[in-house]
Amino acid sequence: MQLIECPWCGPREETEFHYGGEAHVAYPADPQSLTDEQWAQFVFYRANPKGLFAERWSHHVGCRRWFNAIRDTATYQFHGVYRLDEQKPSPS
Amino acid sequence: MTGQPPGAHLPDHPDFLWRNPEPKSSYDVVIVGGGGHGLATAHYLAKNHGITNVAVLEKGWLAGGNMARNTTIIRSNYLWDESSKIYEHSLKLWEGLEEDLGYPILFSQRGVLNLAHTLQDVRDSVRRVEANKLNGVDAQWVEPDEVKKLCPIVNISSDIRYPVLGATYQPRAGIAKHDYVAWGFARRADEAGIDIIQNCEVTGFSTDGDKVTGVHTNLGTIAAGQVALCAAGHTSTLTDMLGIRTPLQSHPLQALVSELLEPVHPTVVMSNAVHVYVSQAHKGELVMGAGVDSYNGYGQRGAFHIIERQMAAAVELFPVFARAHLLRTWAGIVDTCPDASPIVGRTPYDNVYLNCGWGTGGFKATPGLGWCMADTIANDQPHEYIAPFTLDRFVTGALVDEHGAAAVAH
Repeated sequence: MQLIECPWCGPREETEFHYGGEAHVAYPADPQSLTDEQWAQFVFYRANPKGLFAERWSHHVGCRRWFNAIRDTATYQFHGVYRLDEQKPSPS
Repeated sequence: MTGQPPGAHLPDHPDFLWRNPEPKSSYDVVIVGGGGHGLATAHYLAKNHGITNVAVLEKGWLAGGNMARNTTIIRSNYLWDESSKIYEHSLKLWEGLEEDLGYPILFSQRGVLNLAHTLQDVRDSVRRVEANKLNGVDAQWVEPDEVKKLCPIVNISSDIRYPVLGATYQPRAGIAKHDYVAWGFARRADEAGIDIIQNCEVTGFSTDGDKVTGVHTNLGTIAAGQVALCAAGHTSTLTDMLGIRTPLQSHPLQALVSELLEPVHPTVVMSNAVHVYVSQAHKGELVMGAGVDSYNGYGQRGAFHIIERQMAAAVELFPVFARAHLLRTWAGIVDTCPDASPIVGRTPYDNVYLNCGWGTGGFKATPGLGWCMADTIANDQPHEYIAPFTLDRFVTGALVDEHGAAAVAH
């Protein structure tokens, strides 16, 4: 178990959080115009890197708010969290 | 009383069963991934098709990934016709595998119970039993008192949080000794002249139009006529090199064993609702598996609260386990797929075949997949049993949803 830094509540135990997968996957701007291939990409396809990954988390037994995090999928270490209205930080 | 130490009846550890050759500069077929699926593919390429100019590239040691980290449950009681064909084909091969390989794999058909704990579980389970029967898969619905007869240590009292309302039962299902399975396949493939190359990590590919011409490794570039990707949880790291997108998400999947105990658990018990699956290994450890850790991960370890919840479930179902001690825990990296079915078949490259997405349940498919993958490579056409599991089913919508029968949360 590790501590995760909620941008609003501060560090809390991992069990308080819910994972939301890849961040920054926008709903299609013009859904009517999508091909089946493009729909498949939006619905089913997500990045799966070994290394730094921008992903969504929700503090679901705390403030119940969503936020984004940069986490290393090989070490599970969090490299930073940011709010949904903040830009994705560039890796330092 | 002079008892034997646990495991004394098992065969001794063998001497070297395969060579450790340097890679040649070129092979007809290069298989990436020296786990169960890669080794089985190699074996059936040689045995069924006479194709032996083959290399199996393994980045670590042979069968040291999920093949060394699984709970070894073998069964074929999946819901849909497409799944029944490949998993039942595999189970039939398991039944003759020891003779085929000439090697003990300790395949024990002790039966698998999939418990139902809610009315919806019961309905789903009965439906699955009937679907299995229509597909020629042995399956029965058993009531709680029959569950108790098959596995006396299961708590079937009605006052627990998730009472046992019955179970599906597949008598031909069981477990096998995972390491011996890998060694058996490796020995046979090696005897046929196939090169198993360990500590050989793929770092890139050379391509020419729609073909892959070579595989870059830390031991140099190897030219390849055909390439089969059998890298399980690390598949995405390879497909990313090739620019092929897949809907895979890699997660840690944890399991654990207890200390060695006298035989107390005669069968295999799985439960979706309280979420644990348990058998007792030949040596005497209780082997238990959990659901996947929620986040994407490649670390071959998971969070401890997953183990805690899994133990709580196990102790509720099997009160006698409260006195057992945990010996060790581990995690494998499983490549989960949105419909809990595998992705096997062609890729945008003419001579590259994909085998991934088996998620939490690839071990049982080892011989069946190897057989079909070898056939696919030899004939350059997907074998009929794997044909439904194409990558483009996510575009056409022809999904094979096995989240119920997969029996492991993901």
